[in-house]
Amino acid sequence: MIATGVRATARIVAREDGRGGTALPVLEGDGPLALRRTRATGSEARVMLVGAMSGPLGGDHFAVEADVESGARLRVGSAAATIALPGQAKGESRYDVRIDVADGGELHWLPEQLISVCGSDLRVTTRIDLAGSARLVLREEQVLGRVGEEPGRLTSRLTLRIAGRTVLDQELACGPGAPGGWDGPAVLAGHRAVGQLVVVRPEFTREPPAARMLGECAALAPLGGPAVLVTAVAADGLRLRRVLDEALASLG
Amino acid sequence: MSRGALLVLADGRFPAGGHAHSGGAEAAVKAGRVTGAASLGDFCRGRLYTAGLVSASLAAAAVLGVDPVELDAAADARTPSPALRVAGRKLGRQLMRAARATWPSGELDALAREFPKGAHQPVVLGLVARAAGLGAEDAAYCAAYESVSGPASATVRLLSLDPFDATAVLARLAPELDLVADRAVEAARRVVELGVDELPCASAPLLEIGAEAHAGWAVRLFAS
Repeated sequence: MIATGVRATARIVAREDGRGGTALPVLEGDGPLALRRTRATGSEARVMLVGAMSGPLGGDHFAVEADVESGARLRVGSAAATIALPGQAKGESRYDVRIDVADGGELHWLPEQLISVCGSDLRVTTRIDLAGSARLVLREEQVLGRVGEEPGRLTSRLTLRIAGRTVLDQELACGPGAPGGWDGPAVLAGHRAVGQLVVVRPEFTREPPAARMLGECAALAPLGGPAVLVTAVAADGLRLRRVLDEALASLG
Repeated sequence: MSRGALLVLADGRFPAGGHAHSGGAEAAVKAGRVTGAASLGDFCRGRLYTAGLVSASLAAAAVLGVDPVELDAAADARTPSPALRVAGRKLGRQLMRAARATWPSGELDALAREFPKGAHQPVVLGLVARAAGLGAEDAAYCAAYESVSGPASATVRLLSLDPFDATAVLARLAPELDLVADRAVEAARRVVELGVDELPCASAPLLEIGAEAHAGWAVRLFAS
C-alpha cells in the first residue's frame, strides 16, 4: 500500500452585506479543515477553524485561503491547537495560508498555537497581501514539542505585502535536520515557544509606534509601511501568549 | 577574479567600520547566552545560517547585476529590527566610502547617490566586489565570513576570551561557510531569473530581540 497524504483547501470570502454587517458568501471547509460561522459582533463576521481530523500528518497538504473584500470585517480563530504529527506517508507536510485584504477591509487572524510534535516534519507558509488601507491583526505561535519532548522539524515563512510592497519576509527553521545553531544563543537558546504578532493600521503611516522591548525576550518593531511586528520567544506557549496579548493591548 | 583583491576586501583591517559592531555578540554575552568558546561556536553557527546566509545571498545577487534598489528593499523586509536596519545602513555607508577610494566605479557612485544615508551593507558589498573584479562566490564568502568573524573578535574583547580559542571556532566553521556560500550563490542565480522573493529569509528571533535590547542601553562597547 502506498500511503499518500491528505489534500485539503478551505476557503473564506468576507463581503460587506450592505446593512452594516459582513456576509460570508464563501465558507468552504474541506476534509480535515472544517469552518464554522459563530455569532457576529457588530459589523464583524466570526469564523472558527475546527480540526475535523488530527493533523497535518506527514505528507498532508493543507491550505486555507481568506479574502476580505473592501469594507468587510472578519475575525478568524481556531477551536484548538494545530498539531503537526508524524505520519505513515513519507516526506514533509505543508500548511499554506493565503490572506488577501482589500482597501477598507479588516482581518483579525488569531488561531491557536501550532505544536510541532517529535518526529513530525511540517513546512508552513503564510502569505498576506494587503491593500494600502487594509487593517490586520495576525498572530502566529509555534510550540516546539509537547511537554518534555523533542520538537519535530518545522519551517515557517511569513510574508507580508502592503500595496504590492514586501515589508516583511522571514522564515524560521527549527528542530532536527534544521540548519545548525537553531537552538543556540543566536536563534532560540532553548526557548520552546516562539511567536509573532503583526499589526497593520493605516494610521501607523502618520504615527508609527516606537520600537520597544516587551520584557527580556520580546520586542516590538515598526516595519517599513504602516505595520509593526512583535517577535517573542518564551519557555512555553502560555508565557508566549501572555507576552503577545500584552503587546496587542499596548497598541490600544 | 583576482584572489589578491579578495584578500584586500575580506581583510578585517579593511577600513569599513566593521570592528565597531559585535554582530549581536554583546547583547548575547550580557544576557548570559554566550559565556565561552563553545557557546560562541553555537552563536556563530546560528548567525551564519540566518543573517549570514541572507547577507551572502544579497551580496551575490548584487554581483550578478540584480537591481540594488530592489535588493535593498528585500534586505529591509528581512530585517524587522530597526536597530539592525540602522546598523546595516551605517555599515553600508562606511564600506561605500572606503570602496569608492579603493575601487572607484560608476555603479558605486550611482548607489551612493540613490542612498545618501547608506544602502544595506551586503548590497554595497556586492557592488564593491563587482568594482574589484570579483565574482558572486567571492562576495558570498566575504559576507558569510563577516557574519561570524565579527562576533568572534568582539567576544575576545567582551569576555577576554583567548584569541586562539575564538579563531579555532572560526576554523571549525569553515566547512559550513563553504556550504552557506554555495547556497547563497545558488539563491542569487534564482533571483536573477525569478526575482528577489527567491532570496533566503532565514531569521534568528534572538538576534532581532537582542539588537533592540542593545540599542536601548546607555553604555555599550559596540554599536550593534
